[in-house]
Amino acid sequence: MSFKLASSPHTRKNNKTGNVMLQVGIACIPGIATQVYYFGMGVLIQILLCCLVAVLTEAICLKLRNRPIKHYLDDNSAVLSALLLAICLPPLAPWWVATIGTIFAIALVKHAFGGLGQNIFNPAMAGYVVLLISFPLSMTSWLPAASLIQYDLSITDTLYTIFTGYTTQGYSVSQLIADIDGFTMATPLDAVKTGITAGYTSDEILAGNLFDNGSGIGWMQVNIAYLLGGLYLLKTKFIKWQIPVSFIASLTFFCLLAQGVSTDTVAPVWIHLTSGATMLAAFFILTDPVSASTTNKGRLVYGALVGFFVFAIRTWGGYPDAVAFAVLLANMCVPLIDYYTQPRVYGHTEVNK
Amino acid sequence: MAHSLLEKIKSGVLWDFPGGVHPPERKSMSITDSVDTLPLTDYYYVPLKQHIGVYSELRVKVGDKVKKGQALTFSNHNMAVPVHAPTSGEIIEIGEHVSSHASGIPEKTVTIKSDGLDESIELQPQSHFHTQSKESIIKALQEAGITGLGGAGFPTHVKQQAQDIEYLLINGVECEPYITADDMLMRNYADEIVHGIEVLAHLLEPKLVVIAIEDNKPEAIAALDEACKDKQQFIVRKIPTKYPAGGEKQLIQVLTGKQVPKGSPPAALGIVSQNVGTCYAIYKAIYTGEPLIERIVTITGENLDKPQNVWARIGTPVEHLLNTAGYHPEDINAQKLVMGGPMMGFNLHSAQVPVTKSTNCIIAPTQQELPPAPPEKACIRCSDCADACPASLLPQQLYWHSSAKEYDKAQDLNLFDCIECGACAFVCPSDIPLVQYYRQAKAEIRQAEVEQEKAEQAKKRFEARAERLEKEKEARLAKHKKAAENRKKAMQSDPSAQDKVAAALARVQAKKAEQTENNTDSAQSTVKSKAEQAIELAKAKRLAKQGETKTSEEFSNTNDNENASDNKSKAQAAIERAKAKRLAKQAAQAQAENTEADANITGAQNTTDAQSDTKADTKSVAKAAIERAKAKRLAKQAAQTQAENTEADANTTGAQNTTDAQPDTKSVAQAAIERAKAKRLAKQNAQAQAENTEADANTTGAQNTTDAQSDTKADTKSVAKAAIERAKAKPLAKEAQQIQTEHDEANASEPKLEENNDKSLQAASSASDTKAKAQAAIAKAKARRQQSDDNAEMNNATQATHEHVDISSDNKAKARAAIERAKARRQQAEQQTNEAASVEENDHDSEQKVRIKAAIAKAKAKREQGQ
Repeated sequence: MSFKLASSPHTRKNNKTGNVMLQVGIACIPGIATQVYYFGMGVLIQILLCCLVAVLTEAICLKLRNRPIKHYLDDNSAVLSALLLAICLPPLAPWWVATIGTIFAIALVKHAFGGLGQNIFNPAMAGYVVLLISFPLSMTSWLPAASLIQYDLSITDTLYTIFTGYTTQGYSVSQLIADIDGFTMATPLDAVKTGITAGYTSDEILAGNLFDNGSGIGWMQVNIAYLLGGLYLLKTKFIKWQIPVSFIASLTFFCLLAQGVSTDTVAPVWIHLTSGATMLAAFFILTDPVSASTTNKGRLVYGALVGFFVFAIRTWGGYPDAVAFAVLLANMCVPLIDYYTQPRVYGHTEVNK
Repeated sequence: MAHSLLEKIKSGVLWDFPGGVHPPERKSMSITDSVDTLPLTDYYYVPLKQHIGVYSELRVKVGDKVKKGQALTFSNHNMAVPVHAPTSGEIIEIGEHVSSHASGIPEKTVTIKSDGLDESIELQPQSHFHTQSKESIIKALQEAGITGLGGAGFPTHVKQQAQDIEYLLINGVECEPYITADDMLMRNYADEIVHGIEVLAHLLEPKLVVIAIEDNKPEAIAALDEACKDKQQFIVRKIPTKYPAGGEKQLIQVLTGKQVPKGSPPAALGIVSQNVGTCYAIYKAIYTGEPLIERIVTITGENLDKPQNVWARIGTPVEHLLNTAGYHPEDINAQKLVMGGPMMGFNLHSAQVPVTKSTNCIIAPTQQELPPAPPEKACIRCSDCADACPASLLPQQLYWHSSAKEYDKAQDLNLFDCIECGACAFVCPSDIPLVQYYRQAKAEIRQAEVEQEKAEQAKKRFEARAERLEKEKEARLAKHKKAAENRKKAMQSDPSAQDKVAAALARVQAKKAEQTENNTDSAQSTVKSKAEQAIELAKAKRLAKQGETKTSEEFSNTNDNENASDNKSKAQAAIERAKAKRLAKQAAQAQAENTEADANITGAQNTTDAQSDTKADTKSVAKAAIERAKAKRLAKQAAQTQAENTEADANTTGAQNTTDAQPDTKSVAQAAIERAKAKRLAKQNAQAQAENTEADANTTGAQNTTDAQSDTKADTKSVAKAAIERAKAKPLAKEAQQIQTEHDEANASEPKLEENNDKSLQAASSASDTKAKAQAAIAKAKARRQQSDDNAEMNNATQATHEHVDISSDNKAKARAAIERAKARRQQAEQQTNEAASVEENDHDSEQKVRIKAAIAKAKAKREQGQ
């Protein structure tokens, strides 16, 4: 008789990496649906485009690195990165923007560092930042919520715009996003930023029709949808609570602190929390395990750090939203955070330093 | 504080440990009504060491008849517990047998062929243990071979020697999936367990006994509750089911909220814990006198028809258990056996593995049941493992460092606090066999530590030796310096020396004049012979290297002998021998580095050192002779190398050896041998010279013979000439002094050189043998030329002068004469080279070839010797 040999343990929990990634993707569905509702089918087209490019890039990279392609594609990590990047792209961004961003995220940010698990930076956010810096116009041309737009956009129009730059009627993206007066309609965070820079108080800015007494039509709903998805992930323990909680708490804290100092020049807390990519970041982007801190205490620090960076960049920086930059900055701090937040090991009197 | 803790524990407070997992339990499979006793089998394999501690000595031999319960090994060490014959029969083999360990590495095992009678030894129960001393009970536990039956196999009696124990924890947790051995034991033998606990409590006198059982074993809890109902001091505590709550450290944390400090035993906290199985074994040993020869083993898994628990004798092969339970593998090609639980158990290599004291479970799973681990994926740093870790480690970071072989970093992250419970690998979504990485890292770190320790010991030994050698060397140098000074004094007091010098000066003058006439260019031939010399040099180097290897081997032997032997003279001789070799070796190397003259002199000198030292020791004359011979051989090698390169050196050595050997009256015979060798050497070199430069040796020899003889024939003309030379030499000497200060390294060779000269002179004047004279003269000449060969001849020549001036201002004339002689020699040498040019090309070549051949042959011989 001969027997198979293996190392203990001989039993394993049935919770695979591919499944974890898949669940995170599934939890994005409410958010994506809301985005489609308010900003049109462009979102879906961007997602499909990014996912396709991501899988191809991943396969090529694995081939080049002599890794079993199917074995690693099964972990769904490339698809998830692409999904998160696509969600962040303006719905009518040209196809090559999505393609370049995805290729950069997968090939350079992930595989150049050694593949899944080895990347220092969040691939989706690094890809986003590259696009934002390289193609600022395309990347800031967010379509206003559908109710504010002057033209009806069919799915054909959307496809045409993404792949040719013009709708079937020949309107360009900049025409589409202009208001009746011909001015470019901004995202709420944009509006707040330019408004405050121009000397308006935050109350005056929020009185505009863009906000509709909320934190911006569409944006608030999208954020709430992502919050719901995030709560699902928390409930199913696919993500840990430390990062979302500390991030939101930190953002709120700094916002309130700043408001205490200067009420009129700081956007109110609800704008910060329900505008831009706040909730997406809190539950889907910051919780990327690879690039986040790995200790429980460290996660609290990490989330708080991102919260601070987001607030600081939104308030004083050059970009209206700041999640991508904040995440990348915090990613760089992770090794240090991990080092100083090691848990006390059983039987040790103090934490190892 | 402790009091309040006691109250808390009594009131039912439980603590939690971090992490932990809930693997599927699958325990019900092997739960039956009772525990059957396994029928006897034909062969039992009893490993000699089944515990943590030291090996115990065997007390039986092959062919012995043993009875059930008879001890097979002694318990003559506190950390040694005996093993016992599981049944009666004959010992048919004591040898290697596949072990019940993850490695399966064979270990020493006693094989007993059962006679089927199962005859027991006479048992001596100690049921009235209360009246006996604790020592005798502890001894009884040790004699009964009782070790922790929970898994680790720590000798029970050692734990029971602890003092000041507050809590005795009885571990009936059994947190591993599948295993029900303890559960079945508690259900069916609760009273016996409690009796066993009483023995333990008697020994330790704890304030409280806590019996901990996971809440997934309600029957066991009920049984023990029933058995303990009269015991005030005993508490049966139900604890939440969570793997690995049954780990000793985790259980202590659950029951007391304390963590065992790193590096301390639980007794440091006033806690001792024992497994319920151990308690039963203690009951058996004390109440019935039966040593630990059987235990309950769970046989389970879906490949078995009748999963169950059985009383299995220690040493029963697993195959027998499987057959009893009806083993029918679904897939004959994918069989797997697990000894222990699915979390920490290991795969068996063979079904012949015996049941040991630590064996609690055998699992024969189907493929679906415990599927093979899927291929490992990339770690996504999800840190589920950290959340599962009961020791609060960072498993994924340990994994990064372990897999990258950054063991220092892994150790910084407390790799060695890992209890290998497998919780991290169980939860890993990427199917990384984390525990395997840690085991490997631990093993490699331990290996490295062992090696480092070895290296440090070796370094200490080496340093001690180097220090000793250095001291001896200093002592020797001091001795030689003294000897050299004595010789110089002797020289100064000899009035004939000055005359000799003057005569020599005159001759030198004459020669010089002669040489100037004959000075012709001979570049071509020189180049050729240089090339050949280079070949010779290369060969010589190789020879020297071989010599080196050999000597280093011999040296280490010598070193050993020296340590072992108390015979001082032998030791000394050995040391001297070793030194001589090493120095000769150095000399050879030094030559290779083209500092030929210096090195050779050192080599020769040290060879002489070795000789004189050994000779001084009359007790080891014989040995010394051998050593001398060896030293000679080495010196000869060196000399040959040199001779081929610069001809003169070897002769110096030879001559010097001769001179050295002569004054030693005690070893005249040996000296004669030495002389003979030196002569042969001199001859060889002389021949070589002759072939190369047409009777160089003869000319020089003749000249030097005249040197020696001219003591009596004082030539007035030469005296006058000497005066002229003296005048010329003066500014030279001054210059030389300056140069000398600039060339410190040259100083080293000075006294030796001079010594050589002195010796040669002495030899020439005292020896009646004309040949010896001639040799000495040659040696002198060679020494001079060697000087001139050594980069700055002027410098060297004047060094000699300087030396003389230092010693005595009266001897200035002598010194100057020496300079002149040196110059003359140099010119003579040039002339000889010229003469060599005139020798026919063919003749010259063939001679060279013969020499090369001889050298090759020699080299081969040496290498063979070396090998």
